[in-house]
Amino acid sequence: MKNRLKVLRAERDWTQAQLAIALEVSRQTINAIETGKFDPSLPLAFKAARLFESSIEDIFQDEMVS
Amino acid sequence: MNKEISKSSDWTEKTRKNTLLLGYWTSAWVATMALATFGPIFIWNSNTLLTILAVLVNLGLGLGMILANKRHLKGLDELQQKIQLEGMALSLGVGLVCGLSYSVLDNTNLIAFDAEISHLVILMGLTYLAGVFFGQRRYR
Repeated sequence: MKNRLKVLRAERDWTQAQLAIALEVSRQTINAIETGKFDPSLPLAFKAARLFESSIEDIFQDEMVS
Repeated sequence: MNKEISKSSDWTEKTRKNTLLLGYWTSAWVATMALATFGPIFIWNSNTLLTILAVLVNLGLGLGMILANKRHLKGLDELQQKIQLEGMALSLGVGLVCGLSYSVLDNTNLIAFDAEISHLVILMGLTYLAGVFFGQRRYR
């Protein structure tokens, strides 16, 4: 699953640690999501969408759908 | 963002507290395990009542440790839970397979010594540590 977490974070000038605190996860989790090593659960994806005031589809994209 | 940060600093603090609590429960359990094991030999000269009491205290603290571990795991974030699950699955699998093979080797006298439960505990502990270590590295 691809995602725009890093771009959205950079637009707001937030660090991984700040985003991790806001989403109540570890910095390692943010890094793993940004690098595509780990796919977040639906509740965490919703939380990220709320934080960035976007829809889930705007942040996360299915790699099977081009 | 500030609202989220203050709410989440509670989460960080809670995780820290859960980890500390697990450490306290585990230390108490290990200490009472040592007391129940060595007390009858070195302190109370095999007094049955004192030995039973020591075992009961150890059991009670063990139960506390299990609950503290459950609370600790529930408090982790989803990636950490996944890493822990993979470590525990590896540990359980290796423990079951190697433990039973070890038992067969003992029962058929293919090893010269008795199979000890402590060997299994050490194997499971080391496997769990290796599983968590490689899990942390994979998602770094």
